[in-house]
Amino acid sequence: MSVSRRRFLKSAAAAATGLFAPAVIAQAAPRVVIIGGGFAGTSCARALRKADQRLAVTLVEPNATFTACPLSNAVIAGLRELTAQQFTYERVVADGITLLRANATAIDAQARSVTLSDGTRLVYDRLVLAPGIDIRWDALPGYGESAAERMPHAWKAGEQTLLLRRQLEAMADGGLVVIAAPANPFRCPTGPYERASLIAHYLKTRKPRSKLIVLDAKDGFSKQRLFENAWAELYPGLLEWVPLSGGGKVISVDASTNTLVTDFGRHQAAVANVIPPQKAGSVGDIAGVADRSGWCPIDPATFESKLRAGIHVIGDAAIAGAMPKSAFAANSQAKACAEVVAELVNGRMPSAPKLINTCYSLVAPDYGISVAGVYRPAGGQLAEVPGAGGVSPLDAPRATRVLEAQYAEAWFRTITGEAFG
Amino acid sequence: MMRVLIAVLAFASASTYAAPPAGAAACSGCHAASATVASPVPRLVGREAADIVKAMDEFRAGKRPATVMDRIAKGFTDDETRAIAAWYAGQR
Repeated sequence: MSVSRRRFLKSAAAAATGLFAPAVIAQAAPRVVIIGGGFAGTSCARALRKADQRLAVTLVEPNATFTACPLSNAVIAGLRELTAQQFTYERVVADGITLLRANATAIDAQARSVTLSDGTRLVYDRLVLAPGIDIRWDALPGYGESAAERMPHAWKAGEQTLLLRRQLEAMADGGLVVIAAPANPFRCPTGPYERASLIAHYLKTRKPRSKLIVLDAKDGFSKQRLFENAWAELYPGLLEWVPLSGGGKVISVDASTNTLVTDFGRHQAAVANVIPPQKAGSVGDIAGVADRSGWCPIDPATFESKLRAGIHVIGDAAIAGAMPKSAFAANSQAKACAEVVAELVNGRMPSAPKLINTCYSLVAPDYGISVAGVYRPAGGQLAEVPGAGGVSPLDAPRATRVLEAQYAEAWFRTITGEAFG
Repeated sequence: MMRVLIAVLAFASASTYAAPPAGAAACSGCHAASATVASPVPRLVGREAADIVKAMDEFRAGKRPATVMDRIAKGFTDDETRAIAAWYAGQR
């Protein structure tokens, strides 16, 4: 803050002595670099340009195409094509954002600079990191990158999503599908249960003699009663959830035999979907903003790293208190962080943000449920506003479930429109 | 000196930015800011402030049919709601 302010005043003085030349003002434009072109990074870049047209905003992202995770469970279940999940950056660039197709290889918080894989060095006034997640390949014995070719995680949408879909399509009727769900925290806390639901829908309609088991490293999960009620109604006898206390925690896997091992036994699957433990994307380590948990602690009012000044972290990589690691939360944090950064680089104090999350899950194509929350900084973290939020009513009529399924898809169009459209 | 002062003021005014009130930016996660997005969820941009405030009051009181807005509206005070509504009313 104080550094930015000093720089701002210095820039203002430079502009003054240069006598109102617009070129001087343009040169003095504050520089914001954003690393990561997912929901968080892209939304933040666009919101920054909207907040202040003078800002020089650079987005660093190696991929030409973004593949969205929300609704990718519908792709796995054959209800949707992967191309409906894919977005490019033309409109982002058209907003006046500089897009650099590269990886960040070094970040110097003291010098306020980022070095890219192509050798480019970027100097910033503020840096925003939105690296998403990485798989912890060292966390589950037997589950390395080669094992994921046999037992897909499909937790980063793309080829892994299609691999899991192809395996389900190739499976004979009567096969056993096993999903391993990790302990908290991880990306998309309701994702494993939506996935289980939509795979169950696929099996019920296409391979009804098959069975699906969810082996869970937890004893509970978000929207649990809603999911369990819907499973009992829609997929009786087909879908079994095994909690931690029932021996659900997978302690190792053997990809050569498609076997998942728990303390209580071994499950040999026809199709195994291993959702492994995760951590912040590797840029978090490069910048020194990830702590020993693997995630990035932040100031809840500014999203600034607690470990490195001048660097903000948003989206799945951040430790955002009560906010889940969802695309909605990432987008909400991105816009709030953009407001904070726009104020800071202009030498003003930002006001405290207020955020929203809404997560929809499809239990069947025409059966949607949701959880919502409103958040603000309190007690050193992002805390839920008491009395607000919560899940869809347990006793809602079927018409409400149909409506929420429609809203889930509308939300996807809206959020991808804001980030990429 | 006067000339320097004017230049500084001009610079300052060029960077003036009216930040949206707390919470306003979060709404566009569902209420599309862009008119090009097809959605059954109504846009808030350019809507009468009084209409937004009334809807929020009714959602909070459970007097308006809702799926998630009854849950979300309870997270905002009257003052916050009025500020957000006024900001959206002024957006184009």
